[in-house]
Amino acid sequence: MEFLTDPVLLARIQFALTAMYHYVFVPLSIGLGLIVAIFETKYYRSQSAEDAAASRFWIKVFTATFALGVATGITMEFSFGTNWADYARFVGDIFGAPLAAEALLAFFLESVFLGVLLFGRKKVSGKFYLVSAWLVWLGSCLSALWIIIANSWMQTPAGAELSADGTQALLTNFLDAAFNATTAPRYFHTVDALLIMGAFTALAIAAWYLKKDLHTEFAMKTVRVASVVALCTTCLMVVFAHQSAVAVAEEQPTKFAMMEGAYNGEAMPLYAVGWVDEASQKVITPIAIPGGTSFLASGSFDTEYPGLNDLAKSGVYGSDFTEETISELPVNTVFQSYHLMVAMFGLIALTTLLAFIFTFRKGRIASMRWLQNLAIASPLFPFLAIEAGWFTAEIGRQPWVVYPATSSPEGVSLLTQASSSASVTSPELAITLALFLLIYLFLIIGWARIVIHLIKVGPRIDESGEANSEAARKTDNSSNSNVETSIGKAGE
Amino acid sequence: MTALGILWFALIAVLIAGYFILDGFDLGAGILSPFIAKDENEKAVVRRAIGPTWDGNEVWLLTAGGALFAAFAPAYATTFSGFYLAIMLVLFGLIVRAVSLEYRAHDPKWGKVWDALFFIGSLLPALLFGVAIGNVYAGIPLDANGDYAGVPLLGLITPFTLLCGLLGLSVFITQGATWIALKAEKPSDLQARAAKLRCPLACITMALFVAVSAYALMGIAPTLDPGLGTLRSVACAGVVAALMALFLASRETDNDLLPFLASSASALLLVVLFAASMFPTLVVATTGTSITIANAASSDLALAWMTGITCIGLPLVLVYHVLVYRTFRGRISADEANEY
Repeated sequence: MEFLTDPVLLARIQFALTAMYHYVFVPLSIGLGLIVAIFETKYYRSQSAEDAAASRFWIKVFTATFALGVATGITMEFSFGTNWADYARFVGDIFGAPLAAEALLAFFLESVFLGVLLFGRKKVSGKFYLVSAWLVWLGSCLSALWIIIANSWMQTPAGAELSADGTQALLTNFLDAAFNATTAPRYFHTVDALLIMGAFTALAIAAWYLKKDLHTEFAMKTVRVASVVALCTTCLMVVFAHQSAVAVAEEQPTKFAMMEGAYNGEAMPLYAVGWVDEASQKVITPIAIPGGTSFLASGSFDTEYPGLNDLAKSGVYGSDFTEETISELPVNTVFQSYHLMVAMFGLIALTTLLAFIFTFRKGRIASMRWLQNLAIASPLFPFLAIEAGWFTAEIGRQPWVVYPATSSPEGVSLLTQASSSASVTSPELAITLALFLLIYLFLIIGWARIVIHLIKVGPRIDESGEANSEAARKTDNSSNSNVETSIGKAGE
Repeated sequence: MTALGILWFALIAVLIAGYFILDGFDLGAGILSPFIAKDENEKAVVRRAIGPTWDGNEVWLLTAGGALFAAFAPAYATTFSGFYLAIMLVLFGLIVRAVSLEYRAHDPKWGKVWDALFFIGSLLPALLFGVAIGNVYAGIPLDANGDYAGVPLLGLITPFTLLCGLLGLSVFITQGATWIALKAEKPSDLQARAAKLRCPLACITMALFVAVSAYALMGIAPTLDPGLGTLRSVACAGVVAALMALFLASRETDNDLLPFLASSASALLLVVLFAASMFPTLVVATTGTSITIANAASSDLALAWMTGITCIGLPLVLVYHVLVYRTFRGRISADEANEY
């Protein structure tokens, strides 16, 4: 149990665990947030009782998920101080601002209008309620922007210089720092993936209803919305993924080499599957397209990219990255994560295509059992792709926490080993890690119970709600007795 | 020490005050819930009283944390890592509390579990914030790197910091009682129980305030910035006046808004008094170098950008708050509490 006495490793495991867990609920929130907003828009237009029920259903699923996203997000903001004190001291001049901005500009927006979504149906006008739904989604996308700005700065620092005493990165240009070399490609890549996740989740729930022959009208409406969203986001993903790959190839050569297990410079082959034997520095694979990766990253099969050994020999990274330390790099982990992500994208594209075709060809999905089963399992694909993508991004940046990217200013980099909290001991980390595991396990069980319950109940036309607003209207001395419009209008 | 550094010291104090006032009432409501809400309906009313706003209230803490990181990273790094286990307890409290609040209504079978988590999750942060503040005020041992060099967790608990914790707890509970008295239907048993607590809570808070102040002045002997003497005196007198106003308003009038405002004013002025007593220090070191505005502030360029962002963000935040508190104004009927 060697890892139990290594505080840096324990801190990394803790961060990885809490970030991965948080990153289950963030994609669901941002992805489903769009579905909520679309369904609320449908309801606002039609004012039908069925659309009211549909919107209410999605809001319930969404808010149950959002709560966990919010709760587990606090951990992330605190962890830079609790577990990574030396990191916080090094980057404080730059990294703290996006976090503060995220809270100020995005969290307040989300949380306030989420309150309206949860409790305001009968208190605000239909239009205000609709705007609230879109604002919650907008807030969550803004929040993603600030956090990607912060994270991208760790990947490709810019707009900064090393302080005279070498202990801090100092801000020299805010806009350069915020919109560094990878902010835009990584933001679009990430948010698009989250939207795919939301669309697939909606698709899966709808497919389950179709399979059980429940709420079929709602289910068909949902597969139509979800498959259109899935198709748009999947097509866009081809572009965004490509841009991300290009940015990595240019800016983070060591990560790029690890992704393909390239120890020695060459025109990079494309592997569908493989295993990196780190001892012999070889990729064991049944299939490889020579120069395939080079083609994807540069448009030419012949472009050569440096391997890990070339990069170590070049001396660019000094003592941080030498031929001796290459054996410590988690090359196979990065390789597998990256290839898992790509493989999952294949499944995503296939599912999207099938769902789209058979939804819009006379709604045949309603009777196709195998496609329904595929759709029910399908949220697993974007989920694995998202987690594997983060593994690639974050493990691929090792051994640094602040990566010395190609275009980054001289000296603005920090080794992971030098970034943890000196005052936090291994036993403290081990105890809290165990507590995190326990509490997070408990919470996910609680979450699953509620979401399963909500799905079992399904979208219900809310008789009591109508009765209530009926009563509310009477006290308001309104004479309008049209039940259908009462839900939206009550409280106006 | 630059003007922007001083501005951000003040802004962080404002954020902490906002947090104490706003999350104060919902943490307080969570702590009081098992004692004053006797049945399912009353519990639902308590949850509904904070339902639309607790999440936004908690964002004040996240903003304060983010601002501390951005403006005074060494202070953020030292306190968060130095108070590691205490911060983790706060964190676990806030996490289970957030989830219990959202899930309670959906999941009656686990009702007791969610209720218990709601209580514990409210109690832990309410108590530990005061303890943390007591520590940065009384001082902690720091090593050459600026890291906490004392005993984890237990080293942070002294009679003084415990007293600070109790004062904070009392302020939060008072906020909770005055809020429930304002939001629960009147007349109702729940409202009456909450209203009855206000006078004794005002007295307890006053007693703890006097005890903490006396201990702070005589037992700790801090170095106080001479330029802020007037502000400290005014804030100190203000805390006393606000607590007296709370007591009198609760006894003499039928208005439930006044006690809440008086209680909020006492929370605000306590933070002002604390900030004025700390200035220009952020973390007092008993050994090693104290963390101050001068040695911990971010560069003026970074602070200027953050000031710009705040100029855009803060007015928006105020608009959101007016919107949501206006939308959900008024007392909560039993019907309304159960319709979630």
